[in-house]
Amino acid sequence: MAEKPRSFQEIILRLQNYWAQQGCAVLQPYDMEVGAGTFHPATTLRSLGDRAWAAAYVQPSRRPTDGRYGENPNRLQHYYQYQVIIKPSPANLQDLYLGSLAEIGIDASLHDIRFVEDDWESPTLGAWGLGWEVWCDGMEVSQFTYFQQVGGHDCRPVSGELTYGLERLAMNVLGVDHVMDMPFNNPDSPIALKYGDIFRQTEEEYSRHNFDGADTEKLLRNFQEAELECQRLLGFDASDEKSGKRIIMVHPAYDQCIKASHLFNLLDARGVISVTERQAYIGRVRALAKLCADAFVQTEAGGYTA
Amino acid sequence: MPNLLIELFSEEIPARMQVRAAEDLKKLITDGLVEAGLTYAAAAAFATPRRLALSIEDLTAESRAVREERKGPATNAPEKAIEGFLRSTGLTIDQLEVRDDKKGQVYFATFEKPGRPAAEIIAEVLDSTIRNFPWPKSMRWGAGPLRWVRPLHSIICLLSDADGNTVVPFEIEGIKAGNTTRGHRFLSQGDIIVNGFEDYEAKLKRAKVILRAEERADSIQSEAANLAFAAGMEVVEDRGLLAEVSGLVEWPVPLMGPIADTFLGLPPEVIQTSMKDHQKFFSVRSPKTGRIEKFITVANMETVDHGETILKGNLKVLSARLSDAKFFYENDLRVAKAGMGEWLDALANVTFHNKLGSQKARIDRIATLAAEIAPSVGADPVKAEEAARIAKADLRSGMVGEFPELQGLMGRYYALAAGRTADVADAARDHYSPLGPSDDVPTAPVSVAVALADKIDTLTGFWAIDEKPTGSKDPFALRRAALGVIRLVLENGLSLRLAEVFGRANAGTDAADLLSFFHDRLKVYLKDQGIRHDVIDACLAMANADDLTLLVKRAQALSATLATDDGANLIQGFKRANNILSQAEEKDGVEYSFGADAKFAEADEERALFAALDSAEAAIAPAMAAQDFAAAMSAMAALRGPIDAFFGAVQVNSDNQVVRRNRLNLLSRIRTICTMVADLSRIEG
Repeated sequence: MAEKPRSFQEIILRLQNYWAQQGCAVLQPYDMEVGAGTFHPATTLRSLGDRAWAAAYVQPSRRPTDGRYGENPNRLQHYYQYQVIIKPSPANLQDLYLGSLAEIGIDASLHDIRFVEDDWESPTLGAWGLGWEVWCDGMEVSQFTYFQQVGGHDCRPVSGELTYGLERLAMNVLGVDHVMDMPFNNPDSPIALKYGDIFRQTEEEYSRHNFDGADTEKLLRNFQEAELECQRLLGFDASDEKSGKRIIMVHPAYDQCIKASHLFNLLDARGVISVTERQAYIGRVRALAKLCADAFVQTEAGGYTA
Repeated sequence: MPNLLIELFSEEIPARMQVRAAEDLKKLITDGLVEAGLTYAAAAAFATPRRLALSIEDLTAESRAVREERKGPATNAPEKAIEGFLRSTGLTIDQLEVRDDKKGQVYFATFEKPGRPAAEIIAEVLDSTIRNFPWPKSMRWGAGPLRWVRPLHSIICLLSDADGNTVVPFEIEGIKAGNTTRGHRFLSQGDIIVNGFEDYEAKLKRAKVILRAEERADSIQSEAANLAFAAGMEVVEDRGLLAEVSGLVEWPVPLMGPIADTFLGLPPEVIQTSMKDHQKFFSVRSPKTGRIEKFITVANMETVDHGETILKGNLKVLSARLSDAKFFYENDLRVAKAGMGEWLDALANVTFHNKLGSQKARIDRIATLAAEIAPSVGADPVKAEEAARIAKADLRSGMVGEFPELQGLMGRYYALAAGRTADVADAARDHYSPLGPSDDVPTAPVSVAVALADKIDTLTGFWAIDEKPTGSKDPFALRRAALGVIRLVLENGLSLRLAEVFGRANAGTDAADLLSFFHDRLKVYLKDQGIRHDVIDACLAMANADDLTLLVKRAQALSATLATDDGANLIQGFKRANNILSQAEEKDGVEYSFGADAKFAEADEERALFAALDSAEAAIAPAMAAQDFAAAMSAMAALRGPIDAFFGAVQVNSDNQVVRRNRLNLLSRIRTICTMVADLSRIEG
């Protein structure tokens, strides 16, 4: 049993090491605003096609409507997810997962760890899977999913996806009651920083921005532009004149899909989308995700062979 | 004879699916075995979060040999036909038998299907059971094609008899059947070798797995009761939660913890809902204070610290949840005490439906209608309108935003906080009822008025914009709303002319069409109470069929009458009279409806019928006027004897045209008098 970690970053570092030891490629966060680690192309796109894949990464995630001006003990509009994706899902994935909990100081012999039914669905990604939320002493610490469909495509083979809500998990492990009080680096460091030292002000700024500041006219315009750009990029012929290669611009197009999704979330937070319009917007993002998925399986990484 | 043990060991099966899955496993396997010619003495199936198991006792060791015959072509049939028959049977011509048939000599093939060993059959049946298992939702995993509720890891398929145990040779997509399983995920290590069912169950228990769901439930219930009792308290019973929790644990360990004082001011429903929904906690009530002061969580784990860490973690989660709830409640109370105006104004910005306006517009309509309905249900119109105006205010409250299932319930608390009277506050809580067929129906007049107005506004509104339920699609739960109105009216014995109310609620509604929708729902409702649809049809044809209480009284009386010997026979007599009359009217092109005169009567039976009809009419008319259907129908049923006697003795179609006409007019009186009660021509049989 590993010694208890003492800071938020130590938990992240231990997860990185653990999954590296299990053979995952440790990737870096995707450099765009996303709502969850699942949006990283390393998960959405790579879960398509028949190529084997194993990756782990931290993904900063944004949920504009969850902003609470830094006051709520565990609700944040910007937070971190730890994401593991392995295709095909190995037979011992549950054991590997439990091993990761042990690694960050959760002693299974003292805690009550449970796999409670929770099927995952992302209407914006046209994706769903079956699995559980994992409970540790009644607290949800992870989401565990076997992907069945992404972008409207059946996943064959199936990817196993693990998502850890890092703040909540770390608060539990470190015994902290308010996220802002959580040690970010080693509390014995010469310059000890708490989560709040880094994020309290940004939570305030973004909460105000998300609920009142963001220019909705601009957001609506940007949404349309992203949508058109995604479609335009996927409209190109596959053969590239300059290089003479077959190049489909899936990732650039998918970036626009991600953008549209985040813009929609912002519009939602600004309260300018009515209940009926909401479904229509989700449908438009899903259509983009599906276009990208259709295109990805026509590429080498998506299992295409000439 | 051998016993069979099957276990399908997987990752965690959703609690809600376990009971059904065990039943399905038992049915699919035993049906398959029996169909293949095996018999057995007893079978029982079990489920835990990680396994489905089946035990079959005294299975026959092999299926019986079967002899089967097939008729072939005639001996003189073309050679091609005979060749085809040989090919399909796999026999040679000298193995066929020639028999005499109606059409001459015919070939017959006889097969001996030898008995097959049980193991072979089991393997086949298990394969198709796994591949075709009716999970509500199933999935693939890894790179394989198999589907199961969650990844399937190992299979026990073991035949045991006096000579020992044999693993049935079976493999499915790389998973080979064996004789090993695993115990509790954390409290047991390594594989467990099992020898038959008893050994399996006993070894699982040693490995901290209770196989039987009911045993887990009993253990949770008694241990929880003990914990509560020791603290001088009692567990709030919740069968649904108990069943669910039993499916979440293999080794239940109930732990009791306190609810911090600062949360005890919350309404008990809030504490209970929050604990149950999010945490699957049982509520523990103090009989002294009547409050919920403790909780019981059921862990799947025994620990060296006796659950201290687990309880601490759970307490923390609960305290975060209840802090949220408390925050909402206190904010809400502030708005409520200020009169709830903030919420009511905000409802103007919430769309109910884009063609039916905002929630506020809807509330205005409901308030007007509630005041109009009030006198018919014995409520004060001013109170009914007041109640309707605030009944949905809590939809904008923080608490209902967080726990939508508390709508109405919170409304009552907030209405009381706003200084409204108890009957008005109760209406906020009760106006959604009844929600399901077994939900209680409100009886307090103000609640009834608002409950009716709410549902009728919804129904007439969606009818007016042509959003009616079709087939299985009923997105606005209009069937449920109609059933709610039906139960409110019937169970409170209300006399309400629905067609009129519909018209007043929404002028754009096709009231007749909506009423016929109600009549269809009513038929379903009454069918469950043993009243046939044709009986209802017979009553629907009568006037005032939009007064459901009247309609049902009539249907019940008719149903009771038809159940008597006189009633059943009267129908036959009525039908005979009606048929003869209708035929004659059609043939003669006239309507025989008037002027039957006793002086033209020839037979005694005919005169007796005249007298009987006179007295029946004299009894039925006032009984109907008084809505005493039972009296009216028994007077009608009394006609059975005279009508039967009449048909037994008298030929209606007499050669004497005067007599014939008189008799037809007499039959018409039967029709007229009987149909004063209900349209008996619609009764079947």
